[in-house]
Amino acid sequence: MNAFISFGQSLIKSFLAVGAFGLLLLLVSCDNGPVDPGDTDDFNRETMLVNWADNIIVPSFTAFQADAEALAAATDAFVQSVSQENLDELRQEWKDAYISWQNVSMFALGKAEAIALRTRINTYPLDKEQVDSNIDGGSWNLELPSNYISQGFPALDYLLYGIGDSDAEILDLYQTGEKASNYRDYLQQVSATIYSLIQDVVIDWNQGYRDSFVQNNGNSATASVDLLINDFLFYYEKHLRAGKVGIPAGVFSSGLLPTHVEAPYKQDFSKELLLQSLDAVQNFFNGVKFGGTETGESLDSYLDYLNSIKDGADLSQLINEQFDAARAKINELPDNFAQQIETDHIPVLQAYDELQKNVVLMKVDMLQALNVNVDYVDADGD
Amino acid sequence: MNSTLSSYGSKTTDAAPLALFRILFGLMMAISILRFYLNGWIEKLYLEPAFHFTYLGFEWVKPLGGFTYFIFLICGISALLVAAGFKYRFAIVSFFLSFTYIELMDKTTYLNHYYFVSVMSFLMIFLPAHKAYSVDAARNESIRFQFIPQWSEDAIKLMLFIVYFYAGLAKLNSDWMLEAMPLKIWLPSKYATPIIGDLLQESWVHYLFSWFGAIYDLSIGFLLWNKRTVWIGFFAVVVFHLMTALLFPIGMFPFIMILSTMIFLPVSFHNRILTFFSTAFRTKGQIFKNGKKYISKANWQSQGLKYVLLLFFVLQVLIPFRYLLYPGELFWTEEGFRFSWRVMLMEKAGYTAFVIEDPDKGHRFYVENSRFLTPFQEKQMSAQADFILEYAHFLEETYKAEGIRDPKVFVESYVALNGRRSRVFVDPKVDLTTIRRSLSARDWILPFEDEIKGL
Repeated sequence: MNAFISFGQSLIKSFLAVGAFGLLLLLVSCDNGPVDPGDTDDFNRETMLVNWADNIIVPSFTAFQADAEALAAATDAFVQSVSQENLDELRQEWKDAYISWQNVSMFALGKAEAIALRTRINTYPLDKEQVDSNIDGGSWNLELPSNYISQGFPALDYLLYGIGDSDAEILDLYQTGEKASNYRDYLQQVSATIYSLIQDVVIDWNQGYRDSFVQNNGNSATASVDLLINDFLFYYEKHLRAGKVGIPAGVFSSGLLPTHVEAPYKQDFSKELLLQSLDAVQNFFNGVKFGGTETGESLDSYLDYLNSIKDGADLSQLINEQFDAARAKINELPDNFAQQIETDHIPVLQAYDELQKNVVLMKVDMLQALNVNVDYVDADGD
Repeated sequence: MNSTLSSYGSKTTDAAPLALFRILFGLMMAISILRFYLNGWIEKLYLEPAFHFTYLGFEWVKPLGGFTYFIFLICGISALLVAAGFKYRFAIVSFFLSFTYIELMDKTTYLNHYYFVSVMSFLMIFLPAHKAYSVDAARNESIRFQFIPQWSEDAIKLMLFIVYFYAGLAKLNSDWMLEAMPLKIWLPSKYATPIIGDLLQESWVHYLFSWFGAIYDLSIGFLLWNKRTVWIGFFAVVVFHLMTALLFPIGMFPFIMILSTMIFLPVSFHNRILTFFSTAFRTKGQIFKNGKKYISKANWQSQGLKYVLLLFFVLQVLIPFRYLLYPGELFWTEEGFRFSWRVMLMEKAGYTAFVIEDPDKGHRFYVENSRFLTPFQEKQMSAQADFILEYAHFLEETYKAEGIRDPKVFVESYVALNGRRSRVFVDPKVDLTTIRRSLSARDWILPFEDEIKGL
């Protein structure tokens, strides 16, 4: 009987011990908090957000701001003194800024989303007729949504390369043509608008948005990680894969659309823009510091961490290999996509197919691994 | 045997538990409807989408434009009437019909807990839940009873038992028990959860939650039904559902289950609560303690009722097993997956692109899904075969109207299930316009080529 009681007592004691240990575990983890940087076993999402904001997003926005400023200055110089030399200078600044834009286009959140940055800076194909009629009529308002398709880099592409058959003809339109002052004003305003839009975005990031972005480190559909991953995938699927390659190559239409390439008037620039945007996407995926080679926490290390939990396929490596495969295919293409599509669109489709494979890897496998929310609605996984 | 049954049939119990269940159910439903409206979901889920996924046989159930708000209004008011026990039979029928209509409008939003509400409210049509603590019984002495048949309370309990037990059976598979999937995917992403965020990264926690979940679901019905363990069981219910409310976006469900399972608690508990509220609202709760027993008469109605309930429960027991009629992996094909209490059971993600072929011109092109579907619809469509087929038929009609005489629709689809690598889901060589919507096995889904053992 005594033995039975003492067995009972020791049983109760061990229950209490287990309970206390459980409580202790809770307290310890509470002490550490979910975002303790010293916790090396755990992947730190806030560090990832800091890396994204401080090493990638803000520096690349700031760099683009400088390039947009240079573009606006070169435009001013050109309209003040129309000359072949200033046109060449302006064209170079346009190319530099357009390349620089590829680094930031994917970050459509916060102010950039609120002011429709991407729509206003790079919606193509351009509505050429509307640009012509704006200039012809002599009045326009680039703030109007109806004018979003007649401004930005595509408008400059047209105004710098497309309005005449030769440089002399183009210079004439700005210098001596009947509507020369309208042409100069429109050109100047398009460049100035690009600069002012990006200024707003940079100011916003520097004045508080960066902190709220980093602090919004939860796991709802409106948390920074979820928002940016959704933006990133949307950009890759819709703007890079479809916009730059798929749509012009006729993937989504019943005919080829060579005029829908990016920078159709410059012609031999589409490939360079695509390659830059692919680099930007892959660098973001790998957390590469803007303008450097140093890497920080990003999707690749996040996937590696989650993978270490579930012991699955090495997704980050597969995705990187697929980026490389797509780049190799794109490198086989000539600089002039429009011409290639007209003569033989199959090689462009092949590049598209390689880009497409990463849509599957990222939208299905990666999203599942990250368990990112698409939208806020009740759902129970079935 | 027959005499045991008939003596069970005439056994009575206090009307308070079922009455409190009716009140709480009605209130929770009214709050759910209000929450749905306040979240803007009526607009977002039923009015904004250009296309809606329907249930086989219920293609005619569609959102009704601005009138959709009116259906929600009817549903909300009916729920309040049920809670008040005012014109109860009319109110519960109206609630069942309006709620079920809402759920049938678009399959995209299917949740087991919505099905639970439909099933429960259907069952309640046949139960004397308004014989006490209701406006009806307060106004009309002839339907006021302190005691109601035991079976009417047991019907609710049995339904709850089935929900839990089947949810538990469904967890007895190798992914859940041996791989801790999908919790191994879901829990780490809840890193921002206060206090336990870090613990949720640990593998042993994923296994603990998986096993605890399975054991909980299988045993909770027994614990609740046994008088000696009912309080332990109810404590487990509260802990379990608060945990799920903390971790998963499942809305009102945890609270509905916590309040529903209160029906298992002792009669004295219900009487205390009802007396408290009667006093608080200055109503005469005592009038319902009239000692009268409500016994169903031996007429054709109560005979018919007996068979309705019998058939109802036989179907409830059988429907979850209908998946056995289909070949292939249930989680992959989802043939017989819904309406079976398979709750929080798998993580499935998909990508499905549609190719339209114009045989007259030999053109092929891809469809921009965002032209027709919301992100939520696209997500649900991408991994579920019946959605893919219905959408393919919609695309056929759409492109016919846009001038393609006889469009063929092919899909490129990839689905990943419970952390496995994605693989091709639908046979890309099949023209989906040649497949009819039906309940027969979908031979156009490619095999899973893996095995999830278990029920």
